[in-house]
Amino acid sequence: MSFLTLSNIQKSFGPVQVVKDFDMAIEKGEFVSFLGPSGCGKTTVLRMIAGFETPTGGTITVAGRDQTSLKPNQRNIGMVFQAYALFPNMNVAENVAFGLKVAGKPKAEIDARVKEMLGLIHLGHLAERYPYQMSGGQQQRVALARALAPKPQVLLLDEPLSALDAKIRVSLREEIRQIQQQLGITTVFVTHDQEEALSISDRIVVMNAGRADQIGTPAEIYNRPSTRFVANFVGTLNLIDAKVIDPGENRIAIGDQGVTLREPVAPAKAGDTISLALRPEAGSIAPDAKGETALTGEVVSSNFLGSVIRTRMKVGESVISFDMFNSPGLVPPAVGETVTLRFTAGDLLIIRD
Amino acid sequence: MKSSRLLAWIAIAIGALYFIVPLIGTFEFSLRMRRGEYSFDAYQSVFSDLQFRATFGYSMLMGFLTIIFGMLLVVPTAYWVRLRLPQLRPVVEFLTLLPLVIPAIVIVFGYLRLYNSSSWLPLTNSTNGTNLLLMFSYMTLSLPYMYRAVDTAMRAIDVATLTEAAESLGAKWPTIMFRCIFPNVMSGVLSGAFITFAIVMGEFTMAALLNRPAFGPYLQLVGANKAYEPSALAIIAFAITWLSIGLLQLVSRFQKTAPAKA
Ligand SMILES: Nc1ncnc2c1ncn2[C@@H]1O[C@H](COP(=O)(O)OP(=O)(O)O)[C@@H](O)[C@H]1O
Ligand SMILES: [Mg+2]
Repeated sequence: MSFLTLSNIQKSFGPVQVVKDFDMAIEKGEFVSFLGPSGCGKTTVLRMIAGFETPTGGTITVAGRDQTSLKPNQRNIGMVFQAYALFPNMNVAENVAFGLKVAGKPKAEIDARVKEMLGLIHLGHLAERYPYQMSGGQQQRVALARALAPKPQVLLLDEPLSALDAKIRVSLREEIRQIQQQLGITTVFVTHDQEEALSISDRIVVMNAGRADQIGTPAEIYNRPSTRFVANFVGTLNLIDAKVIDPGENRIAIGDQGVTLREPVAPAKAGDTISLALRPEAGSIAPDAKGETALTGEVVSSNFLGSVIRTRMKVGESVISFDMFNSPGLVPPAVGETVTLRFTAGDLLIIRD
Repeated sequence: MKSSRLLAWIAIAIGALYFIVPLIGTFEFSLRMRRGEYSFDAYQSVFSDLQFRATFGYSMLMGFLTIIFGMLLVVPTAYWVRLRLPQLRPVVEFLTLLPLVIPAIVIVFGYLRLYNSSSWLPLTNSTNGTNLLLMFSYMTLSLPYMYRAVDTAMRAIDVATLTEAAESLGAKWPTIMFRCIFPNVMSGVLSGAFITFAIVMGEFTMAALLNRPAFGPYLQLVGANKAYEPSALAIIAFAITWLSIGLLQLVSRFQKTAPAKA
């Protein structure tokens, strides 16, 4: 049995159902991210795990115990908020000690635990500071230490990095992941930033309009999106419309160029339109490539992005982006030039909605 | 630029004169009790008056009690409205403004009707009951100021998220209220408390009609019957006010939290 399970969770606010049939089983020590656009219900699911909202249907268990009807202060779940939410009247040490004091721990134990926690976030030297005397990144680390101090069963983080600037966001997310692995704490992390989710999660739940569209490892989610929504939301996949020519041979056409797919096209029939996904880094330019796994088109733009150059070319009605690694000798294709992109048959994925 | 600054200074000077000249005049007059020379005789007369001591002490005590009970009423109410009943905020704001609109005399007649000796809750039957009623009247009078001050202080902190943070750490509501909310709205409570104190020290109508020995009715009595002492009393009242402001500044300076952001 999984450590944290959400079974058939439903949540409505009045007539509006914002979470639908949400199922998820999280293993002990796992780091799971809820990824999705704003308003898709990530926070609502997290708040139901924390006990701040009551599901209209379904059950939540932690370590085999049904938590659905417990109050937040009975659940022993640590929570980190986007806006830090440190107590302004308490200094760093007092903030971290709060949960332990509430639990009635002896003073010596509290002091030792606070010291340990401040060491974990490398802020031991700021124990006497007040929240308003610290940067956002420091405050969020204190919030993390405060949530972890009472040894919660589960750690929940709701977009904890959204209020920080880009550099700190990256370094802090690595710190969060490292602390999570060090403590082996079961963690649910909410974000709308796919790069963030891909870089630190064991598994990702991609959410769309209150449902879990796909659950999988970062590689699965990125390489094998199961719906058009996931493909669109995660990464910069190309979505290409194609016409089925011969389902038996898995032959399709993009514009007027025929391609043979590796996976079965069925149940689509000849003449149907299907969606294909192609990752921008999958192909490479090969001037002499011919035949089944190459597409030729006219370059419409070419952008220098630092380590890669992203080129967009028009094939039939579709625009396909592809990336080339930057190197000193590379001459990027010019706008208007005709180029041929070669890939392998397995790179073209069929997206079923 | 230059001329606007000059105008500002002139405005300040006129404002200052408006306040200071009467004060100096009153002070000067209060020193003239002894014929032909300045003396503090009027002050001596005031301080040695047993009734001054009794009424002053009584009103001070009522002031403190009003502040404490007012705080215990207003802070949890403002908190609850912000957290759970945001749609009721306009209603509560309107209710707290009523004491400004309804004259004190009307309120106190209402109280006397509701709580007289032949009513369902005969508070006026005993001295302590009447004291209690007076304190509640004072709380009503100070409500507009107290509520607004506390509510403004609450706006500066994210009450809902702080509450959830505390709850997720295992805290129950008394802990949340007294360790996480109260200390962070103390600046609002203090400014509300200061105004409440000023109101209670000078209030006449309620105390007079409930027949309690408060400072307000005493001021009126002295003012009607003596010449120099009222001026001395006015100066004393000013001194107390300034002392309160000074203490307030001192307290808020030593408060260890961030200056509240408006
Ligand atoms: N307390 C509430 N009352 C009514 N609607 C709400 C409430 N909380 C959230 N919602 C609605 O539920 C939907 C999902 O919100 P939320 O879980 O916050 O999304 P996310 O965190 O993914 O951005 C939104 O449309 C939001 O407006
Ligand atoms: Mg959210």
